[in-house]
Amino acid sequence: MSITFHSVRLDADKCQGCTNCIKRCPTEAIRVRNKKAYIISDRCIDCSECIRVCPHHAKYAVTEHFNELVSYKYRIALVAPALYGQFNNLENVDYVLTGLKKMGFDQVAEVSKGAELISSATRIMFDTGELKKPAISVACPAVVRLIRTRFPNLIPNLLPLCAPIDMAAKLAREEAREKTGLSDEDIGVFFISPCPAKRTAIRSPLCYDGSGINGAFAIKDIYPVLLQTMEKLKPEEIEPLNDSGIIGVGWASSGGEAAGLLKERYLAADGIENVIKVLEELEDEKLNDLDFIELNCCTGGCVGGVLTVENPYVAKARIQRLRKFMPVSCNSIDSDFDLDSLAWTKELTPSPAMKLADNVIKAMRMMSKLREIEASLPGLDCGICGAPSCRALADDIVRGYATENDCLIKRFKSENHTEGEDWLPLPFRDKIITEDTGEENNDR
Amino acid sequence: MEESIKLHYIVPGDDFTRAGAASGDVKRTLKELGVSPSVIRNVSIAMYEGEINMVIHANGGEIDVEITEEEIIMALKDEGPGIENVELAMKEGYSTAPDNIRTLGFGAGMGLPNIKKYTDEFSIDTKVGVGTTLNLKVKIQ
Repeated sequence: MSITFHSVRLDADKCQGCTNCIKRCPTEAIRVRNKKAYIISDRCIDCSECIRVCPHHAKYAVTEHFNELVSYKYRIALVAPALYGQFNNLENVDYVLTGLKKMGFDQVAEVSKGAELISSATRIMFDTGELKKPAISVACPAVVRLIRTRFPNLIPNLLPLCAPIDMAAKLAREEAREKTGLSDEDIGVFFISPCPAKRTAIRSPLCYDGSGINGAFAIKDIYPVLLQTMEKLKPEEIEPLNDSGIIGVGWASSGGEAAGLLKERYLAADGIENVIKVLEELEDEKLNDLDFIELNCCTGGCVGGVLTVENPYVAKARIQRLRKFMPVSCNSIDSDFDLDSLAWTKELTPSPAMKLADNVIKAMRMMSKLREIEASLPGLDCGICGAPSCRALADDIVRGYATENDCLIKRFKSENHTEGEDWLPLPFRDKIITEDTGEENNDR
Repeated sequence: MEESIKLHYIVPGDDFTRAGAASGDVKRTLKELGVSPSVIRNVSIAMYEGEINMVIHANGGEIDVEITEEEIIMALKDEGPGIENVELAMKEGYSTAPDNIRTLGFGAGMGLPNIKKYTDEFSIDTKVGVGTTLNLKVKIQ
Protein backbone atom coordinates (compact mmCIF):
# COMPACT_ATOMS: atom_id res chain seq x y z
CA MET A 1 0.00 0.00 0.00
CA SER A 2 1.21 3.49 -0.75
CA ILE A 3 1.90 5.84 2.12
CA THR A 4 -0.21 8.97 2.04
CA PHE A 5 0.57 12.08 4.06
CA HIS A 6 -1.15 12.39 7.43
CA SER A 7 -1.21 14.77 10.37
CA VAL A 8 -2.90 12.34 12.75
CA ARG A 9 -0.21 10.14 14.28
CA LEU A 10 0.36 7.58 17.01
CA ASP A 11 2.62 7.99 20.03
CA ALA A 12 3.56 4.32 20.44
CA ASP A 13 4.93 4.87 23.97
CA LYS A 14 1.53 6.03 25.21
CA CYS A 15 -0.56 3.48 23.31
CA GLN A 16 -1.90 0.68 25.51
CA GLY A 17 -3.23 -1.36 22.61
CA CYS A 18 -6.87 -1.01 23.74
CA THR A 19 -9.86 -1.14 21.38
CA ASN A 20 -11.25 2.40 21.77
CA CYS A 21 -9.88 3.91 18.57
CA ILE A 22 -10.46 0.92 16.29
CA LYS A 23 -14.17 0.94 17.15
CA ARG A 24 -14.60 4.64 16.48
CA CYS A 25 -12.74 5.02 13.18
CA PRO A 26 -15.25 5.82 10.38
CA THR A 27 -13.13 4.20 7.67
CA GLU A 28 -12.00 1.19 9.74
CA ALA A 29 -8.43 2.40 9.29
CA ILE A 30 -6.99 1.27 12.63
CA ARG A 31 -5.88 -2.17 13.83
CA VAL A 32 -4.08 -3.20 16.99
CA ARG A 33 -0.89 -5.06 16.12
CA ASN A 34 2.02 -5.97 18.41
CA LYS A 35 0.24 -4.31 21.36
CA LYS A 36 -0.05 -0.96 19.53
CA ALA A 37 -2.58 0.77 17.31
CA TYR A 38 -1.60 0.80 13.67
CA ILE A 39 -3.09 3.29 11.19
CA ILE A 40 -3.69 1.98 7.66
CA SER A 41 -2.40 5.00 5.76
CA ASP A 42 -4.55 4.62 2.64
CA ARG A 43 -7.77 4.55 4.64
CA CYS A 44 -7.11 7.34 7.16
CA ILE A 45 -8.93 10.60 6.40
CA ASP A 46 -7.40 12.64 9.27
CA CYS A 47 -10.81 13.23 10.85
CA SER A 48 -9.50 13.25 14.46
CA GLU A 49 -12.08 10.81 15.86
CA CYS A 50 -9.28 8.63 17.30
CA ILE A 51 -7.65 11.63 18.93
CA ARG A 52 -10.95 12.48 20.59
CA VAL A 53 -11.61 8.98 21.88
CA CYS A 54 -8.14 7.81 23.00
CA PRO A 55 -8.10 7.74 26.82
CA HIS A 56 -4.28 7.57 26.85
CA HIS A 57 -3.68 10.54 24.54
CA ALA A 58 -1.66 8.28 22.28
CA LYS A 59 -3.22 9.70 19.12
CA TYR A 60 -2.10 13.22 18.38
CA ALA A 61 -2.03 15.85 15.66
CA VAL A 62 1.24 17.00 14.16
CA THR A 63 1.46 20.73 13.54
CA GLU A 64 4.35 23.06 12.86
CA HIS A 65 6.67 24.37 15.56
CA PHE A 66 7.00 28.13 15.87
CA ASN A 67 10.70 27.79 14.92
CA GLU A 68 9.55 27.28 11.35
CA LEU A 69 8.89 31.00 11.18
CA VAL A 70 12.60 31.93 11.23
CA SER A 71 13.07 30.51 7.74
CA TYR A 72 11.04 33.36 6.23
CA LYS A 73 11.74 37.07 5.91
CA TYR A 74 8.04 37.96 5.86
CA ARG A 75 5.46 36.05 7.84
CA ILE A 76 1.72 35.89 7.30
CA ALA A 77 -0.79 34.49 9.79
CA LEU A 78 -3.81 32.96 8.07
CA VAL A 79 -6.58 33.07 10.64
CA ALA A 80 -9.40 30.53 10.86
CA PRO A 81 -12.61 32.22 12.04
CA ALA A 82 -12.91 29.48 14.70
CA LEU A 83 -10.06 31.32 16.50
CA TYR A 84 -12.42 34.22 17.28
CA GLY A 85 -14.62 31.94 19.36
CA GLN A 86 -11.81 31.03 21.76
CA PHE A 87 -11.77 34.31 23.70
CA ASN A 88 -14.15 35.40 26.41
CA ASN A 89 -15.66 38.89 26.20
CA LEU A 90 -14.09 39.61 22.84
CA GLU A 91 -15.90 42.52 21.25
CA ASN A 92 -13.81 43.13 18.22
CA VAL A 93 -11.76 40.68 16.17
CA ASP A 94 -9.18 43.44 15.61
CA TYR A 95 -7.85 42.56 19.09
CA VAL A 96 -7.04 39.06 17.89
CA LEU A 97 -5.57 40.22 14.59
CA THR A 98 -3.48 43.00 16.18
CA GLY A 99 -2.33 40.53 18.83
CA LEU A 100 -1.01 38.20 16.14
CA LYS A 101 0.96 41.06 14.60
CA LYS A 102 2.37 41.95 18.00
CA MET A 103 3.46 38.33 18.35
CA GLY A 104 5.68 38.72 15.31
CA PHE A 105 3.59 38.15 12.21
CA ASP A 106 4.15 40.85 9.57
CA GLN A 107 0.69 40.47 8.09
CA VAL A 108 -2.59 38.84 9.05
CA ALA A 109 -5.16 37.45 6.64
CA GLU A 110 -8.62 36.27 7.55
CA VAL A 111 -9.81 32.99 6.05
CA SER A 112 -13.30 34.44 6.49
CA LYS A 113 -12.43 36.88 3.72
CA GLY A 114 -11.69 33.97 1.38
CA ALA A 115 -14.93 32.40 2.60
CA GLU A 116 -16.98 35.42 1.54
CA LEU A 117 -15.42 35.30 -1.91
CA ILE A 118 -16.15 31.58 -2.22
CA SER A 119 -19.73 32.15 -1.05
CA SER A 120 -20.04 34.81 -3.72
CA ALA A 121 -18.53 32.56 -6.41
CA THR A 122 -20.83 29.69 -5.40
CA ARG A 123 -23.89 31.95 -5.68
CA ILE A 124 -22.81 32.93 -9.20
CA MET A 125 -22.30 29.27 -10.17
CA PHE A 126 -25.78 28.42 -8.90
CA ASP A 127 -27.22 31.26 -10.96
CA THR A 128 -25.46 30.15 -14.13
CA GLY A 129 -26.66 26.58 -13.52
CA GLU A 130 -23.25 24.94 -13.89
CA LEU A 131 -23.34 23.01 -10.61
CA LYS A 132 -24.40 19.42 -10.17
CA LYS A 133 -27.07 19.46 -7.48
CA PRO A 134 -26.97 18.96 -4.66
CA ALA A 135 -23.51 20.49 -4.53
CA ILE A 136 -21.40 19.37 -1.57
CA SER A 137 -19.13 21.76 0.33
CA VAL A 138 -15.37 21.14 0.12
CA ALA A 139 -14.43 23.28 3.12
CA CYS A 140 -13.88 20.29 5.44
CA PRO A 141 -10.90 18.33 4.08
CA ALA A 142 -11.84 15.24 6.09
CA VAL A 143 -15.24 15.18 4.31
CA VAL A 144 -13.52 15.37 0.92
CA ARG A 145 -11.28 12.46 1.92
CA LEU A 146 -14.24 10.51 3.32
CA ILE A 147 -16.10 10.90 0.02
CA ARG A 148 -13.02 9.86 -1.93
CA THR A 149 -12.64 6.74 0.21
CA ARG A 150 -16.19 5.62 1.02
CA PHE A 151 -18.47 7.50 -1.38
CA PRO A 152 -16.56 7.88 -4.67
CA ASN A 153 -19.85 8.09 -6.63
CA LEU A 154 -20.37 11.49 -5.04
CA ILE A 155 -17.14 13.07 -6.30
CA PRO A 156 -19.01 14.83 -9.17
CA ASN A 157 -21.23 16.58 -6.59
CA LEU A 158 -18.30 18.25 -4.82
CA LEU A 159 -18.23 22.02 -5.29
CA PRO A 160 -15.38 22.39 -7.79
CA LEU A 161 -13.89 25.47 -6.15
CA CYS A 162 -10.85 25.97 -3.94
CA ALA A 163 -11.49 26.17 -0.21
CA PRO A 164 -11.60 29.59 1.54
CA ILE A 165 -8.19 28.95 3.10
CA ASP A 166 -6.58 28.60 -0.35
CA MET A 167 -8.33 31.70 -1.63
CA ALA A 168 -7.27 33.74 1.41
CA ALA A 169 -3.68 32.49 1.15
CA LYS A 170 -3.47 33.41 -2.51
CA LEU A 171 -4.72 36.95 -1.90
CA ALA A 172 -2.43 37.46 1.10
CA ARG A 173 0.59 36.27 -0.85
CA GLU A 174 -0.17 38.60 -3.75
CA GLU A 175 -0.57 41.50 -1.35
CA ALA A 176 2.71 40.66 0.41
CA ARG A 177 4.63 40.37 -2.86
CA GLU A 178 3.39 43.76 -4.01
CA LYS A 179 4.04 45.43 -0.68
CA THR A 180 7.51 44.03 -0.05
CA GLY A 181 8.91 43.07 -3.43
CA LEU A 182 9.98 39.77 -1.87
CA SER A 183 9.86 36.50 -3.76
CA ASP A 184 7.53 33.66 -2.79
CA GLU A 185 10.27 31.68 -1.02
CA ASP A 186 10.83 34.53 1.44
CA ILE A 187 7.15 34.80 2.31
CA GLY A 188 5.88 32.26 4.84
CA VAL A 189 2.12 31.73 5.05
CA PHE A 190 0.99 29.87 8.17
CA PHE A 191 -2.53 28.78 8.98
CA ILE A 192 -3.77 28.97 12.56
CA SER A 193 -5.72 25.75 12.47
CA PRO A 194 -8.59 24.21 14.43
CA CYS A 195 -7.84 20.66 13.18
CA PRO A 196 -5.20 18.32 11.73
CA ALA A 197 -7.22 17.65 8.55
CA LYS A 198 -6.57 21.22 7.40
CA ARG A 199 -2.85 20.70 7.83
CA THR A 200 -3.00 17.53 5.79
CA ALA A 201 -4.88 19.41 3.07
CA ILE A 202 -2.22 22.13 3.13
CA ARG A 203 0.73 19.75 2.98
CA SER A 204 -0.78 17.22 0.63
CA PRO A 205 -3.59 18.87 -1.35
CA LEU A 206 -5.83 16.57 -3.40
CA CYS A 207 -7.21 19.06 -5.89
CA TYR A 208 -4.17 21.29 -6.51
CA ASP A 209 -0.49 20.88 -7.16
CA GLY A 210 0.53 23.09 -4.25
CA SER A 211 -1.40 25.00 -1.62
CA GLY A 212 0.88 28.03 -1.28
CA ILE A 213 0.63 27.63 2.48
CA ASN A 214 3.81 26.71 4.32
CA GLY A 215 2.38 25.08 7.39
CA ALA A 216 -0.16 25.12 10.20
CA PHE A 217 0.01 26.04 13.86
CA ALA A 218 -2.53 24.63 16.27
CA ILE A 219 -4.99 27.10 17.81
CA LYS A 220 -4.29 25.47 21.18
CA ASP A 221 -0.54 26.11 20.82
CA ILE A 222 -0.86 29.75 19.83
CA TYR A 223 -3.70 30.50 22.25
CA PRO A 224 -1.74 31.04 25.52
CA VAL A 225 0.84 33.37 23.93
CA LEU A 226 -1.78 35.22 21.95
CA LEU A 227 -4.02 35.67 24.98
CA GLN A 228 -1.16 37.20 26.98
CA THR A 229 -0.28 39.51 24.10
CA MET A 230 -3.90 40.58 23.68
CA GLU A 231 -4.24 41.38 27.38
CA LYS A 232 -1.34 43.82 27.14
CA LEU A 233 -2.73 45.67 24.11
CA LYS A 234 -3.73 49.29 24.66
CA PRO A 235 -6.90 50.50 22.90
CA GLU A 236 -4.94 52.99 20.78
CA GLU A 237 -2.72 50.18 19.47
CA ILE A 238 -5.60 48.28 17.89
CA GLU A 239 -5.35 48.31 14.10
CA PRO A 240 -8.48 48.14 11.94
CA LEU A 241 -7.58 44.84 10.30
CA ASN A 242 -10.92 43.02 10.19
CA ASP A 243 -12.02 42.65 6.59
CA SER A 244 -14.88 40.15 6.70
CA GLY A 245 -18.46 40.14 7.91
CA ILE A 246 -21.28 37.95 9.16
CA ILE A 247 -21.15 35.58 6.19
CA GLY A 248 -17.40 34.92 6.33
CA VAL A 249 -17.09 34.53 10.08
CA GLY A 250 -20.18 32.33 10.09
CA TRP A 251 -18.23 29.57 8.30
CA ALA A 252 -16.66 28.74 11.69
CA SER A 253 -19.69 26.76 12.73
CA SER A 254 -21.98 24.27 11.04
CA GLY A 255 -24.57 25.89 8.79
CA GLY A 256 -22.53 29.04 8.20
CA GLU A 257 -21.40 28.25 4.70
CA ALA A 258 -24.89 27.13 3.65
CA ALA A 259 -26.49 30.28 5.10
CA GLY A 260 -24.06 32.39 3.07
CA LEU A 261 -25.54 31.05 -0.15
CA LEU A 262 -28.85 32.78 0.60
CA LYS A 263 -30.79 29.72 -0.54
CA GLU A 264 -33.49 27.78 1.28
CA ARG A 265 -32.94 24.29 -0.07
CA TYR A 266 -29.90 23.30 1.88
CA LEU A 267 -28.86 20.90 4.58
CA ALA A 268 -25.99 21.27 7.05
CA ALA A 269 -24.80 18.23 9.00
CA ASP A 270 -21.97 17.98 11.48
CA GLY A 271 -20.32 15.18 13.44
CA ILE A 272 -18.86 12.29 11.46
CA GLU A 273 -21.70 9.82 12.07
CA ASN A 274 -24.31 12.31 10.86
CA VAL A 275 -22.16 13.19 7.86
CA ILE A 276 -21.98 9.50 6.89
CA LYS A 277 -25.76 9.10 7.21
CA VAL A 278 -26.32 12.07 4.92
CA LEU A 279 -23.82 10.77 2.36
CA GLU A 280 -25.51 7.35 2.36
CA GLU A 281 -28.89 8.96 1.64
CA LEU A 282 -27.42 11.26 -0.96
CA GLU A 283 -25.83 8.28 -2.69
CA ASP A 284 -29.26 6.61 -2.87
CA GLU A 285 -30.66 9.80 -4.45
CA LYS A 286 -32.96 10.49 -1.53
CA LEU A 287 -31.83 14.10 -1.19
CA ASN A 288 -32.18 15.23 -4.78
CA ASP A 289 -34.49 18.10 -3.91
CA LEU A 290 -31.64 19.97 -2.21
CA ASP A 291 -29.36 22.56 -3.81
CA PHE A 292 -26.52 22.45 -1.31
CA ILE A 293 -25.13 20.17 1.35
CA GLU A 294 -22.71 21.45 3.95
CA LEU A 295 -20.86 18.76 5.88
CA ASN A 296 -18.41 19.10 8.74
CA CYS A 297 -16.73 16.10 10.35
CA CYS A 298 -16.42 17.83 13.72
CA THR A 299 -19.47 18.35 15.91
CA GLY A 300 -20.52 21.97 15.64
CA GLY A 301 -18.30 22.56 12.61
CA CYS A 302 -14.73 23.94 12.72
CA VAL A 303 -15.25 25.32 16.24
CA GLY A 304 -15.37 21.63 17.24
CA GLY A 305 -11.89 20.85 15.91
CA VAL A 306 -9.55 18.93 18.21
CA LEU A 307 -6.95 21.71 18.13
CA THR A 308 -9.28 24.32 19.63
CA VAL A 309 -9.38 25.10 23.34
CA GLU A 310 -13.02 26.06 23.84
CA ASN A 311 -16.16 23.91 23.87
CA PRO A 312 -17.68 24.19 20.37
CA TYR A 313 -21.05 25.44 21.61
CA VAL A 314 -19.48 28.16 23.73
CA ALA A 315 -17.28 29.17 20.79
CA LYS A 316 -20.32 29.27 18.50
CA ALA A 317 -22.26 31.45 20.94
CA ARG A 318 -19.35 33.89 21.18
CA ILE A 319 -19.02 34.14 17.42
CA GLN A 320 -22.76 34.78 17.14
CA ARG A 321 -22.32 37.71 19.49
CA LEU A 322 -19.32 39.04 17.58
CA ARG A 323 -21.19 38.86 14.31
CA LYS A 324 -23.87 41.19 15.64
CA PHE A 325 -21.54 44.14 15.18
CA MET A 326 -20.34 43.16 11.74
CA PRO A 327 -21.59 44.05 8.26
CA VAL A 328 -23.26 41.19 6.35
CA SER A 329 -20.32 40.74 4.02
CA CYS A 330 -17.21 42.74 3.09
CA ASN A 331 -16.16 40.81 0.00
CA SER A 332 -17.76 39.68 -3.21
CA ILE A 333 -16.74 39.02 -6.79
CA ASP A 334 -18.16 40.61 -9.92
CA SER A 335 -19.86 38.61 -12.60
CA ASP A 336 -16.90 39.26 -14.95
CA PHE A 337 -14.47 37.68 -12.45
CA ASP A 338 -12.55 34.74 -13.86
CA LEU A 339 -14.06 31.82 -11.93
CA ASP A 340 -11.50 29.48 -13.48
CA SER A 341 -8.88 31.02 -11.22
CA LEU A 342 -10.73 29.41 -8.28
CA ALA A 343 -11.10 26.04 -9.95
CA TRP A 344 -9.26 22.84 -9.04
CA THR A 345 -6.10 22.21 -10.99
CA LYS A 346 -6.07 18.46 -10.42
CA GLU A 347 -8.76 15.85 -10.90
CA LEU A 348 -9.95 14.26 -7.67
CA THR A 349 -9.68 10.50 -8.09
CA PRO A 350 -11.48 7.85 -6.02
CA SER A 351 -9.36 6.10 -3.42
CA PRO A 352 -9.25 2.35 -3.98
CA ALA A 353 -8.60 1.71 -0.28
CA MET A 354 -11.82 -0.23 0.38
CA LYS A 355 -11.70 -2.34 -2.80
CA LEU A 356 -10.77 -6.00 -2.31
CA ALA A 357 -8.93 -6.42 -5.62
CA ASP A 358 -8.57 -4.69 -8.98
CA ASN A 359 -9.75 -7.76 -10.84
CA VAL A 360 -13.50 -8.33 -10.41
CA ILE A 361 -13.27 -12.13 -10.52
CA LYS A 362 -10.54 -12.12 -7.91
CA ALA A 363 -12.57 -9.67 -5.83
CA MET A 364 -15.62 -11.94 -6.06
CA ARG A 365 -13.65 -14.96 -4.91
CA MET A 366 -12.33 -12.94 -2.01
CA MET A 367 -15.83 -11.72 -1.20
CA SER A 368 -17.25 -15.27 -1.14
CA LYS A 369 -14.44 -16.31 1.18
CA LEU A 370 -14.98 -13.19 3.29
CA ARG A 371 -18.68 -13.99 3.75
CA GLU A 372 -17.87 -17.56 4.64
CA ILE A 373 -15.30 -16.52 7.23
CA GLU A 374 -17.58 -13.84 8.64
CA ALA A 375 -20.33 -16.42 9.16
CA SER A 376 -17.90 -18.63 11.08
CA LEU A 377 -16.86 -15.84 13.46
CA PRO A 378 -18.80 -15.29 16.70
CA GLY A 379 -20.24 -11.91 15.65
CA LEU A 380 -19.39 -10.27 18.95
CA ASP A 381 -17.34 -7.45 17.41
CA CYS A 382 -15.28 -7.58 20.60
CA GLY A 383 -12.12 -6.20 19.03
CA ILE A 384 -9.73 -8.58 20.80
CA CYS A 385 -8.33 -9.66 17.41
CA GLY A 386 -7.31 -6.04 16.81
CA ALA A 387 -9.94 -5.42 14.12
CA PRO A 388 -13.01 -3.26 14.82
CA SER A 389 -15.56 -5.97 13.95
CA CYS A 390 -15.83 -9.62 12.93
CA ARG A 391 -16.56 -8.39 9.41
CA ALA A 392 -13.35 -6.32 9.42
CA LEU A 393 -11.36 -9.34 10.64
CA ALA A 394 -12.82 -11.44 7.82
CA ASP A 395 -11.79 -8.65 5.44
CA ASP A 396 -8.25 -8.64 6.87
CA ILE A 397 -8.03 -12.43 6.57
CA VAL A 398 -8.93 -12.50 2.86
CA ARG A 399 -6.46 -9.68 2.22
CA GLY A 400 -3.78 -11.72 3.98
CA TYR A 401 -3.26 -9.42 6.97
CA ALA A 402 -4.68 -11.74 9.63
CA THR A 403 -5.67 -15.37 10.20
CA GLU A 404 -8.72 -17.07 11.69
CA ASN A 405 -6.50 -17.96 14.61
CA ASP A 406 -6.59 -14.29 15.62
CA CYS A 407 -10.16 -14.76 16.88
CA LEU A 408 -9.72 -15.67 20.53
CA ILE A 409 -13.28 -16.91 21.01
CA LYS A 410 -13.12 -19.16 17.98
CA ARG A 411 -9.79 -20.55 19.13
CA PHE A 412 -11.05 -21.18 22.66
CA LYS A 413 -14.04 -23.05 21.29
CA SER A 414 -11.92 -25.22 19.01
CA GLU A 415 -9.49 -26.06 21.77
CA ASN A 416 -11.81 -28.73 23.11
CA HIS A 417 -12.78 -27.39 26.50
CA THR A 418 -15.08 -30.25 27.36
CA GLU A 419 -16.04 -29.51 30.97
CA GLY A 420 -18.70 -26.77 31.20
CA GLU A 421 -17.96 -23.28 30.05
CA ASP A 422 -16.01 -21.84 32.97
CA TRP A 423 -13.12 -21.12 30.64
CA LEU A 424 -15.25 -18.61 28.73
CA PRO A 425 -15.20 -14.97 29.82
CA LEU A 426 -18.51 -13.98 31.51
CA PRO A 427 -20.15 -12.17 28.59
CA PHE A 428 -19.88 -15.27 26.41
CA ARG A 429 -21.41 -17.88 28.72
CA ASP A 430 -24.89 -19.30 28.26
CA LYS A 431 -25.53 -19.62 31.98
CA ILE A 432 -24.87 -17.07 34.64
CA ILE A 433 -24.49 -17.36 38.42
CA THR A 434 -26.65 -14.92 40.36
CA GLU A 435 -24.92 -12.97 43.10
CA ASP A 436 -27.50 -13.55 45.85
CA THR A 437 -28.01 -17.33 45.67
CA GLY A 438 -24.89 -18.50 43.92
CA GLU A 439 -27.16 -20.71 41.86
CA GLU A 440 -27.32 -21.02 38.14
CA ASN A 441 -30.01 -18.84 36.69
CA ASN A 442 -31.16 -18.40 33.15
CA ASP A 443 -33.79 -15.76 33.81
CA ARG A 444 -31.70 -12.67 33.28
CA MET B 1 -16.25 -21.88 -13.00
CA GLU B 2 -18.73 -19.05 -12.91
CA GLU B 3 -18.22 -17.05 -9.73
CA SER B 4 -21.28 -15.86 -7.90
CA ILE B 5 -22.10 -14.43 -4.52
CA LYS B 6 -25.46 -15.18 -2.97
CA LEU B 7 -26.91 -12.99 -0.27
CA HIS B 8 -30.11 -13.46 1.69
CA TYR B 9 -31.98 -10.89 3.75
CA ILE B 10 -35.07 -10.91 5.91
CA VAL B 11 -36.88 -7.58 5.90
CA PRO B 12 -38.88 -7.00 9.09
CA GLY B 13 -42.32 -5.44 8.71
CA ASP B 14 -43.52 -2.15 10.20
CA ASP B 15 -40.09 -0.86 11.17
CA PHE B 16 -38.93 2.07 9.09
CA THR B 17 -35.73 2.44 11.06
CA ARG B 18 -34.55 -0.90 9.71
CA ALA B 19 -35.67 -0.48 6.13
CA GLY B 20 -32.58 0.08 4.01
CA ALA B 21 -30.37 -2.32 5.96
CA ALA B 22 -30.41 -4.93 3.18
CA SER B 23 -29.80 -2.49 0.32
CA GLY B 24 -27.08 -0.83 2.44
CA ASP B 25 -25.29 -4.15 2.87
CA VAL B 26 -25.51 -4.91 -0.85
CA LYS B 27 -24.15 -1.44 -1.59
CA ARG B 28 -21.15 -2.01 0.67
CA THR B 29 -20.50 -5.42 -0.87
CA LEU B 30 -20.59 -4.02 -4.42
CA LYS B 31 -18.23 -1.20 -3.46
CA GLU B 32 -15.71 -3.67 -2.08
CA LEU B 33 -15.99 -5.65 -5.29
CA GLY B 34 -15.08 -2.56 -7.26
CA VAL B 35 -18.35 -2.51 -9.25
CA SER B 36 -18.87 0.79 -11.11
CA PRO B 37 -20.64 3.59 -9.19
CA SER B 38 -23.57 3.87 -11.62
CA VAL B 39 -24.38 0.15 -11.29
CA ILE B 40 -24.15 0.40 -7.51
CA ARG B 41 -26.51 3.36 -7.56
CA ASN B 42 -29.07 1.56 -9.70
CA VAL B 43 -29.02 -1.57 -7.55
CA SER B 44 -29.11 0.39 -4.34
CA ILE B 45 -32.05 2.60 -5.34
CA ALA B 46 -34.13 -0.23 -6.83
CA MET B 47 -33.55 -2.46 -3.84
CA TYR B 48 -34.24 0.27 -1.30
CA GLU B 49 -37.56 1.08 -2.95
CA GLY B 50 -38.44 -2.61 -2.87
CA GLU B 51 -37.49 -2.86 0.78
CA ILE B 52 -39.60 0.16 1.68
CA ASN B 53 -42.55 -1.31 -0.23
CA MET B 54 -42.26 -4.48 1.81
CA VAL B 55 -42.33 -2.47 5.03
CA ILE B 56 -45.24 -0.23 4.03
CA HIS B 57 -47.52 -2.71 2.31
CA ALA B 58 -46.56 -6.29 3.10
CA ASN B 59 -45.37 -6.50 6.72
CA GLY B 60 -41.88 -7.42 5.57
CA GLY B 61 -40.53 -10.15 3.34
CA GLU B 62 -37.36 -11.76 2.06
CA ILE B 63 -34.75 -10.71 -0.48
CA ASP B 64 -32.30 -12.88 -2.36
CA VAL B 65 -29.43 -11.27 -4.22
CA GLU B 66 -27.03 -12.96 -6.56
CA ILE B 67 -23.98 -11.14 -7.83
CA THR B 68 -22.18 -12.55 -10.85
CA GLU B 69 -19.55 -11.07 -13.15
CA GLU B 70 -22.24 -9.95 -15.59
CA GLU B 71 -25.22 -8.96 -13.50
CA ILE B 72 -26.90 -8.50 -10.17
CA ILE B 73 -30.08 -10.50 -9.78
CA MET B 74 -32.56 -9.59 -7.07
CA ALA B 75 -35.67 -11.46 -5.97
CA LEU B 76 -37.90 -9.62 -3.52
CA LYS B 77 -40.64 -11.81 -2.11
CA ASP B 78 -43.43 -10.94 0.29
CA GLU B 79 -46.63 -12.54 1.53
CA GLY B 80 -48.52 -9.27 1.66
CA PRO B 81 -51.92 -8.29 0.24
CA GLY B 82 -50.78 -8.41 -3.39
CA ILE B 83 -51.41 -5.69 -5.98
CA GLU B 84 -54.92 -5.44 -7.45
CA ASN B 85 -54.11 -3.39 -10.49
CA VAL B 86 -50.47 -3.68 -11.54
CA GLU B 87 -50.86 -1.30 -14.45
CA LEU B 88 -52.11 1.41 -12.11
CA ALA B 89 -49.41 0.67 -9.54
CA MET B 90 -46.76 1.17 -12.21
CA LYS B 91 -48.04 4.69 -12.89
CA GLU B 92 -45.93 7.48 -11.42
CA GLY B 93 -47.72 9.17 -8.54
CA TYR B 94 -50.25 6.41 -7.92
CA SER B 95 -50.19 5.20 -4.33
CA THR B 96 -52.32 3.15 -1.98
CA ALA B 97 -50.20 4.04 1.03
CA PRO B 98 -52.26 5.22 4.02
CA ASP B 99 -52.04 8.84 5.19
CA ASN B 100 -49.89 8.08 8.22
CA ILE B 101 -47.23 6.66 5.89
CA ARG B 102 -47.50 9.63 3.54
CA THR B 103 -46.86 12.05 6.36
CA LEU B 104 -43.53 10.27 6.88
CA GLY B 105 -42.56 11.26 3.37
CA PHE B 106 -43.15 7.84 1.85
CA GLY B 107 -45.95 6.67 -0.40
CA ALA B 108 -45.32 9.18 -3.18
CA GLY B 109 -46.29 6.60 -5.76
CA MET B 110 -42.78 6.39 -7.15
CA GLY B 111 -41.78 2.99 -5.72
CA LEU B 112 -42.52 0.58 -8.56
CA PRO B 113 -41.87 3.10 -11.39
CA ASN B 114 -38.47 3.87 -9.84
CA ILE B 115 -37.60 0.19 -9.47
CA LYS B 116 -38.35 -0.33 -13.13
CA LYS B 117 -36.43 2.78 -14.12
CA TYR B 118 -33.25 1.71 -12.36
CA THR B 119 -33.20 -1.92 -13.47
CA ASP B 120 -32.41 -3.60 -16.79
CA GLU B 121 -34.92 -6.38 -16.30
CA PHE B 122 -38.09 -6.10 -14.25
CA SER B 123 -40.88 -8.58 -13.69
CA ILE B 124 -43.65 -8.62 -11.16
CA ASP B 125 -45.63 -11.62 -10.03
CA THR B 126 -48.49 -10.74 -7.74
CA LYS B 127 -51.70 -12.30 -6.51
CA VAL B 128 -54.24 -10.61 -4.26
CA GLY B 129 -54.23 -12.21 -0.83
CA VAL B 130 -51.12 -14.27 -1.57
CA GLY B 131 -48.22 -11.86 -2.06
CA THR B 132 -45.88 -10.22 -4.50
CA THR B 133 -42.53 -11.22 -5.98
CA LEU B 134 -40.29 -8.85 -7.90
CA ASN B 135 -37.54 -10.27 -10.09
CA LEU B 136 -34.97 -7.66 -10.99
CA LYS B 137 -31.72 -7.57 -12.90
CA VAL B 138 -29.09 -4.90 -13.21
CA LYS B 139 -26.37 -5.56 -15.76
CA ILE B 140 -22.77 -4.77 -14.96
CA GLN B 141 -21.01 -2.59 -17.61
